[in-house]
Amino acid sequence: MSRHIAIHGVILGGVCLAFGALMTGVHMVTAEPIALRAIEAKQASLAQVIPAALHDNDPSTDHLTLARADGKAVTVYRATKAGSVTGLAYEVSGSGYAGEIRLMMGVDAEGRLLGVSTLSHKETPGLGDKIEAKKNPWITRFAGLSLGEPPVEKWKVKKDGGQFDQFSGATITPRAVVGAIRGGLEFFADNKSKLLEAR
Amino acid sequence: MIYNYRRIARDGIWDNNGVFVMMLGLCPAMAMSNSATNGFGMGLATALVMTGANALVSALRHVVSHEVRVPAYITIVAATVTSVDLAMKAYMPALYNVLGLFIPLIVANCVPFARIEAFASKSPILPAAADGLFMGLGFTLALTVLGAFREVLGSGTLFADASLLLGPAFKAIEMRLFPAEAGVLLMILPPGAFIGTGILLVGKRLIDARMNRGIQAGTAHCTVEG
Repeated sequence: MSRHIAIHGVILGGVCLAFGALMTGVHMVTAEPIALRAIEAKQASLAQVIPAALHDNDPSTDHLTLARADGKAVTVYRATKAGSVTGLAYEVSGSGYAGEIRLMMGVDAEGRLLGVSTLSHKETPGLGDKIEAKKNPWITRFAGLSLGEPPVEKWKVKKDGGQFDQFSGATITPRAVVGAIRGGLEFFADNKSKLLEAR
Repeated sequence: MIYNYRRIARDGIWDNNGVFVMMLGLCPAMAMSNSATNGFGMGLATALVMTGANALVSALRHVVSHEVRVPAYITIVAATVTSVDLAMKAYMPALYNVLGLFIPLIVANCVPFARIEAFASKSPILPAAADGLFMGLGFTLALTVLGAFREVLGSGTLFADASLLLGPAFKAIEMRLFPAEAGVLLMILPPGAFIGTGILLVGKRLIDARMNRGIQAGTAHCTVEG
C-alpha cells in the first residue's frame, strides 16, 4: 500500500515538474516582449496627456517619485525640451460609484492642464462610463484649466456649487473625477519647485 | 474504436454545447458576453486552452494514475492557461487589455474539466484535440451569440471594437444599429447575462424541437417523448 502511494506521489511530482519547466520556458520567451508592451502602453497613455510638440525627450523614462500631501507616493513623468521641463504627467485617482477611478493628467510648467485621460474605472456602463474620451468628450473640457481658472472653490460639479457639468443619472462619477483633478493640481502647486528643477 | 469526427464536431458545437446544453462554464460566459467581440475573444482563448489541454491529457493518459488524475489534470490545465495568458500579454496586448482579467478564470471553467474527464483521458491524441477544439468552438459560438444579443439590445452596436481584437481589416463589421441612448442598459449589466442566457436557451430548445419534429414527420415513426 505504502509503495502505491509512493508511485502516485512520483507520478504527480513528475507531472508538476514537467509543467513547471514548461512554464519557466514560456516565461523566459515572453518576458522581454511583455516588458516592451508595458513600456509601449505607458508611452501611449502619456502621449494622450502631453502633446508631442512639447518635448524632445521620452517622458516614460524621465520620471521621479514624490510623496503627496497624504503620504502616498506619486510617480511623475517629465517632458523636457532643450533641458527645461515643459510638461508633467502623473496618475491621480478618485473613488467613484463602483470603485477606484484612475486618471492620467498632464500639466504644463505653469500648472495649466494639458489633458486628462481615464486609465481604468468600474463605473456603470452607459451612465458613469462617459468619463472615457471615446464615449463622451466631457473629459477633454479640462484642457487649459488650472487652479486659478476657475477659482479653487468652483472646482466642483454644478450640483455642489461648482462649475463642472455632471451627467444625467450620474453625479458621483464626475464628482470623483473633478475632485481627483483638483487634488492633482494642488499636488503640482505644493511641489512646483521640486517638479520643475532641472536634472 | 473508430472516432467519428463529424459526430465530435456536431456534439461540441450544437448537440452537447458547453453553455446551452451542459450549462457549464457559465461564469466566463456571463462575465464576458457584454459584447459580441468580448465573447468571441474569450471563446477563442478557451478553445485554444481546451485543444491544448485535451491533447496533453490524452498524451499522458497512460502515465497519470487514476488516483492522482485530478491534481495532475488541474496542473496541466493551469499550465496551458498560464502559457496562453503570457503569450497573449506578449503578442496581443490589445486583446489582453480586454480579456486579461478573465483568462486565468479559464482554469475555473468546468467545460475543460468535463471534457478531460469524460473524453480526453480515455481517447487518443487526435480525437481528444478535435473534441477540445470543437467544444471550444461551441463555447465561442454560445458566447458570441449571447454577446451579440446583449450588445445589440444594450448598446445598439454589433461587434464594436472588433478591429482592436482582430486587426484593422475588421473595422467593416463594426456596426451601430441604433443610438446608444435607446439601448436597454440592463442587458449589458450582469442581470442581462442571466436574462439573455435564458432567452437563448429557450431559442435553442425550440430549434431542436422543430428539427426533431421534422425528422419524425419524415420517417412517420412514433417515439415516446422524454
